[in-house]
Amino acid sequence: MTTMTEELKEPNSQAAPTHATPKPQVAAGQAAKSVAGRVKIDVQNYSAWFREKRALYDVSLTMAEKEVTAIIGPSGCGKSTLIRAFNRMHETVAGARSEGRILMEGKDILGPRVDPVEVRRRIGMVFQKPSPFPTMSIFDNVAAGLRLNGMRDRRVLEGKVEWALHKAALWEEVKDGLHKAGAALSGGQQQRLCIARALAVDLDVLLMDEPCSALDPISTAKIEELILELKQNYTIVIVTHNMQQAARVSQRTAFMLNGKLIEYDETGKMFTNPSNKLTEDYITGRFG
Amino acid sequence: MSFDFQARRRYIDRIMAALCAGAALLAFIPLASLLIYVTSQGLSRFDWAFFTHLPAPVGESGGGMGNAIIGTLTLVFLASLVGIPVGLFAGIYLAEYGKQGKFAWLVRFTADILSGVPSIVTGIVAYQLVVKNMGHFSAYAGGIALGFMMIPMVTRTTEELVKMIPLSIRESSLALGVPQWKTILQVVVATARNGILTGVLLSLARVAGETAPLLFTAFNNQYWAGSPNQPTASLTVQVFTYAISPFDDWHAQAWTGALVLLLIVLSINLTARLVFKNSSQMLR
Repeated sequence: MTTMTEELKEPNSQAAPTHATPKPQVAAGQAAKSVAGRVKIDVQNYSAWFREKRALYDVSLTMAEKEVTAIIGPSGCGKSTLIRAFNRMHETVAGARSEGRILMEGKDILGPRVDPVEVRRRIGMVFQKPSPFPTMSIFDNVAAGLRLNGMRDRRVLEGKVEWALHKAALWEEVKDGLHKAGAALSGGQQQRLCIARALAVDLDVLLMDEPCSALDPISTAKIEELILELKQNYTIVIVTHNMQQAARVSQRTAFMLNGKLIEYDETGKMFTNPSNKLTEDYITGRFG
Repeated sequence: MSFDFQARRRYIDRIMAALCAGAALLAFIPLASLLIYVTSQGLSRFDWAFFTHLPAPVGESGGGMGNAIIGTLTLVFLASLVGIPVGLFAGIYLAEYGKQGKFAWLVRFTADILSGVPSIVTGIVAYQLVVKNMGHFSAYAGGIALGFMMIPMVTRTTEELVKMIPLSIRESSLALGVPQWKTILQVVVATARNGILTGVLLSLARVAGETAPLLFTAFNNQYWAGSPNQPTASLTVQVFTYAISPFDDWHAQAWTGALVLLLIVLSINLTARLVFKNSSQMLR
């Protein structure tokens, strides 16, 4: 127990990042490189701050293409901060800054000449609270990403909207009422609408920040099914509070605690035979 | 012992409820009496001639306030050309970019001060700025004076409403790869659209009923104003002129003018409420 409390003590944020803490840790990122499939996302020593408060400490890992990677950890561990770095949403918060590199297919998306708007067009995000645009119909919601970026051709839009709604497994339920308000759908349907909206803009990577936290179990199950289908075409990163969900949908899981990456491994191995004691304690419910 | 205590509590409770009801009724009385009185006094001359005829020459009976009604509508329209764009963009700026910073603070402060300036002072300033330079009274001057009054109202309501749009909407739009300015204009403001419209309508209703700023700017006109470049009659100034006159006939017409003004303001307010009811602000 003493080792655990030592580990859990908030590190002095003024101190330089100490890698000297002896932790039996799987070298983060190593396992991924040996997996089949190209490396899609390569995080190299990424740290993030909200003004003076440090949120992430030198996180490094790689994610493979067309796989689902889950990020788990207790509240406040930095998982949302990390995922929001991938589509450069972190910097939209006042006072936010970061260091390190994040490479998408080899190119640093945090580079000085990289336009965040372009990054976000390739890397989409679905948030915890389903947020369809309230004044728009279902059709307009799904088409929003395209329309707001200049696409006007009605037929192309219709084609893309239908495709996206199919991909999000929502087409059958809404095809007769595309002009109805997006906000009139149920919670699970709204979230699938948001997924369709994100997919419509031709993504490579889909980030999901606790997409099912606000939903009932049936909607959750539908979305998990959707995730497993989507991974055939997209790289998916999902942040979740729910360990069982991570076990169900992901191929690899990253466990974070207090802004540090503790362990990152294949999901099966992580949940049955974790290498790090902290991981084991979290998974077995000793804290969290 | 406890039984007495309960009875006393019920007794006090009933007295308090009665006092509250009484106070509500008391608040209602001025409004009700105003509406009833204006309607009863104003109905006598409420006819087609009132809306279509010009004022009759002094001493003669008959005539109407057709030009004043058109004048008020013209002035409100001109005011909105000044007040709406400035107010809207100032409000959006304050809500989106003005969380901190000296400039944002200054804008807010100025808007608050401006909304407290007596309307006659605004009128005199507009006189100095516009009428003196143009050399004559005009609807433009009146519109500018009223527009100055509209700006702080529209700014503040726009700011409040845009701020109310939840962060999730903004983030959803940004995450789709929509640039910041487009997110603000085409997503956030579009979502706040109905609420902003309500605020605009309410400020229009407010300036439609102003008299003092028009006294030195649009002045008055006994004829149809040929263009906005001429002095223009308005319901408010006309009612004022007739009310202080010695003629009974004019007094009656002043009442009718007041009634028409009231109807205009009430209908704008009603429209504003209906618009707000249908807005997304209510769909929570």
